[in-house]
Amino acid sequence: MQGRFPSEVGTRSAFETPERLVSRPDYSSSSRTPLHYLQGIVTPADLHFERHHAGVPNIDPERWELLIHGFVERPMTFRLADLKRFPAESRLRFLECSGNGGTAYQNRGRRGDMSPQDMDGLTSTSEWTGVPLKLLFREVGARPEATWFLAEGMDAAVMTRSIPMEKAWDDAIIAYAQNGEPLRPEQGYPARLFLPGWEGNSSVKWIRRLELSDRPFMTREETSKYTDPLPGGKARMFSFGMDAKSLLTFPTWPARLDGPGWWEIRGIAWTGRGRITRVEISTDGGRSWEDAELQEPVLPKCHVRFRKLWNWDGRRATLMSRATDETGYVQPTREELHAARGSYTRYHFNQIRPWRVEPDGQVFFAG
Amino acid sequence: MPGLLNEAELAALAEARDRGLRSIEGLPPFGFGAPADADRIAQWDIDIGPDGEGLPAGRGSVERGEALYRNQCVQCHGSRGEGADYEALAGRTPGDRFEFADHRSHPITVGSYWPYATTLYDYIHRAMPQAAPGTLPPDDVYALTAFVLHLNGILEPGDQLDRESLPRIVMPARDRFVRDDRRGGPEVR
Repeated sequence: MQGRFPSEVGTRSAFETPERLVSRPDYSSSSRTPLHYLQGIVTPADLHFERHHAGVPNIDPERWELLIHGFVERPMTFRLADLKRFPAESRLRFLECSGNGGTAYQNRGRRGDMSPQDMDGLTSTSEWTGVPLKLLFREVGARPEATWFLAEGMDAAVMTRSIPMEKAWDDAIIAYAQNGEPLRPEQGYPARLFLPGWEGNSSVKWIRRLELSDRPFMTREETSKYTDPLPGGKARMFSFGMDAKSLLTFPTWPARLDGPGWWEIRGIAWTGRGRITRVEISTDGGRSWEDAELQEPVLPKCHVRFRKLWNWDGRRATLMSRATDETGYVQPTREELHAARGSYTRYHFNQIRPWRVEPDGQVFFAG
Repeated sequence: MPGLLNEAELAALAEARDRGLRSIEGLPPFGFGAPADADRIAQWDIDIGPDGEGLPAGRGSVERGEALYRNQCVQCHGSRGEGADYEALAGRTPGDRFEFADHRSHPITVGSYWPYATTLYDYIHRAMPQAAPGTLPPDDVYALTAFVLHLNGILEPGDQLDRESLPRIVMPARDRFVRDDRRGGPEVR
């Protein structure tokens, strides 16, 4: 029998129905990437996680403008066509919400029947294309006294974060494309700030305004929300960097191994501080560790796929992965992170995630 | 205030700026984009700084704020700011202790956690009420800010706020915040 004709837009096989997991259907909600479903490192754009603070706005790109003002010689506006005319830059980079993995960290609410998507689905990797922010800042004549800039979105909450100028002179971009096509509305269409390696909230979506200044702005998100309480009566502010983290995507709940023998342990690792240099796997609950194979490309500030063959003897086993990055930082245990940050700190949960394989092949989260 | 750069940080920034500009020095000045007109800037430049920069003329009292709150805020935030469909606004910890890393039971509220009162003005004006954000006139925003501070025991009945008095308020948690000291490397922080 002859098959279907070519079509204008492709679709997935009718046998494949991956879905984001929507936490709570309201305006300040999130949806999580099905990490256990994906291979390699690229997240299909329609499965990229979402986190908004006032819903997804519907923005006409013809009417959209980016305003840059404040500590600049020439306040200017840029249309989308202007941005696209500048030399472009494309980079494969992860984006992770700094609240990702909170359930796995806390003393209450952890369950065996949580999948990587439930636990850590607020991280995704895309190829992001846009214009380097330093080019725009040179165009407007950013003054040397500018130490911070405000990034403001066009959503109903007009979301704002203060960003150190150092990031603009380094690798920040105004992104307008994701995996080769214009940004999805959920990812900031028509343009967003993208700060490689930094907590997702700081990469302000639906960007409309950048204001340069000589001090931070102390917005609601960077004071009452994205700060990290520490033991000793303090809270860490402007905690942008994402520390090294890894997690298994297989075998993990709800997978079931249908017998002893060879299985490939798989997962992803990433760090906001450069490159992942090593991922180790333990199949005995952390008593011994062996190197996993890192799949090329191993890119900075990007998910890295790792794999390790495992000959399962059919007995109960606890599997773990542990990432090391180029700064020498080693992914900590949950106990180490609790000791450093307290049990109820609010963001940045990069501790090791253990999984227990039962003799019947069922796999449960064991953190 | 965390975020004011010391000498070493300023030097690092200057170096980053030089490095960034050097990396694009082979590129011509492009001249794309248009000069921003003052009206557009004024229309969009709504942020309020911790020093009060950006605060408009106007004033509002705790009492007027309470009347507005009863009409527009109670449904989501509760009659005394205790939280309902959305988050709690009011509450202090005993002795203003700041032990949120160790105690789940300590509520994170304006009174217990927010370091700057100016942030309240900025956020109420920019994002509230949920059905019509950005529509409240300055007098209403000052009044609601005053009432929320009153719910947290920071203002008294009869108190008023304006562009002079709001930035002078010292929040209980103002000095609790420190800059990020994580830098990678072997130590877990």
